[in-house]
Amino acid sequence: MPVAIKRILFFFILILLWQGIVIAGIWPESMIPAPLSVAKELYLGFKDMTLVWDILASFRHLFIGLACSLVIGTILGVLLANNKTLDETLGSMILALQSVPSIVWVPLAIIWFGFGEASIIFVVIIGGTFVMTMNMRIGIKNVPPIYLKAARTMGSNGVDLFFKVIVPAAIPYAVTGVKLAWAFSWRALMAAELLSTGPGLGYTLSYASDFNNMSLVIGIIIIIGVIGSVVDQLVFQRIEKSVLKRWGLEEEVA
Amino acid sequence: MYVQEENSVYLSISDISKTFQQDKNPPLSVFHDINIAIQQGEFVSLLGPSGCGKSTLLSIIAGLSRPSTGKILLENKAITAPGPDKSMVFQESALFPWMTVNENVTFPLRKKMNKKERAQSAASYLKMVHLSKFADHYPHELSGGMQQRVSIARALAMNAKLLLMDEPFGALDEQTRIILQEELERIWLETEKTIIFVTHSIREAIKLSDRVIIMGARPGTVISDFKVDLPRPRLQQDMAELEEEVLKILKVEIDKVMKEELQYAGSD
Repeated sequence: MPVAIKRILFFFILILLWQGIVIAGIWPESMIPAPLSVAKELYLGFKDMTLVWDILASFRHLFIGLACSLVIGTILGVLLANNKTLDETLGSMILALQSVPSIVWVPLAIIWFGFGEASIIFVVIIGGTFVMTMNMRIGIKNVPPIYLKAARTMGSNGVDLFFKVIVPAAIPYAVTGVKLAWAFSWRALMAAELLSTGPGLGYTLSYASDFNNMSLVIGIIIIIGVIGSVVDQLVFQRIEKSVLKRWGLEEEVA
Repeated sequence: MYVQEENSVYLSISDISKTFQQDKNPPLSVFHDINIAIQQGEFVSLLGPSGCGKSTLLSIIAGLSRPSTGKILLENKAITAPGPDKSMVFQESALFPWMTVNENVTFPLRKKMNKKERAQSAASYLKMVHLSKFADHYPHELSGGMQQRVSIARALAMNAKLLLMDEPFGALDEQTRIILQEELERIWLETEKTIIFVTHSIREAIKLSDRVIIMGARPGTVISDFKVDLPRPRLQQDMAELEEEVLKILKVEIDKVMKEELQYAGSD
């Protein structure tokens, strides 16, 4: 059976089960709304464009934040890989910061930047930067010494060696870094938007929750999940796959 | 006319030693008192058991590492860094996987030639190793033997007079190895380069070189240095006698290493 059909069947059964639970009436509809009611909220949201503006706003925060985190992460990663003292000091701090969940930064961000977009973008940057840093660092550190030796015998050194050999050799790690940075940023974005004054998907979710509109809450959760997986599969997995193939690192599919 | 002897020597290695400083253990001496003089156009093999420092010696000649003591001169100039006067082929493929075969071969030419010259040069060297058809392929799409031929083309493209080869066929299967040995012999005859070839295969050394230098182990030093005066291409039956002789010399060395290892294991 093709994967697509298996998936459609799976989600169809899931929705049937969901509807069954609602009909059984174990919990009130204010806690578990019916699938149709969720679909209706989504339809209305898209029809009056509010959800479209929310998605666009969220993407704007994400792109600005992610772009900044990729630039900062790349620079930090290169610095850590090339300077032992920096790696031993700043590196250990970044490793620690990487394990701090992004939502922890929200209260600080609000104090520093208020409830607006600047706070959200700050949290998104924090969310993506450290994972990019660590991947870039390891990518540069893991450049096979044989490439460096070969390049040196061919008259490459210094800046030329760095940009023509070390950076391209580190690209597979950098791509993984970008993919993870996106995933981390997307989560950080939702956490930050929940506590913001909008617009954005997270803001509308908390707004819906305040007005006890569980249908919209579930609808937005679905949107967040769908966007997350679609971007991951259509954009990042494709890029990763083609880079791995080009670099000859693709694992044989059994 | 009086000619100073040193001038006629192309590569002069005198009293070279290499010692690695180790963190906890006493310093490790890889080899000492190495004295070798190589003439231009010679095909010299460095043969020896693993651990005798032949690869380390080659990387010193390449300028990739420095000797602990001693002097090494290429055309009367001290070798201190890699340079355009010497190129190197490594045991494992050192091709850059993100570049096509053609881009790999033109990599060392970027600074000294324009685009057209580079393309011509790459094409001629790829033809020499019979890989013209694969110019636009990526290294991982080629077999190990083909990758090693690209490495040789890349090293030749630098057009250095000295070609250093560190067990270039060591990781290949027997058939591919024999084919590449023949190709290398032909290329050497065509290009008249000086080749220093590190190997642990007695047959390979005798088959290819004008001169075989045997290194002993722990610490490494030159234990034998002889010329191979057999007509080319060399036939198995002509080489057999010499192979026996070399095997005898090497066996003494290998026994020595084994004994040392046994003692070491016993003292543990």
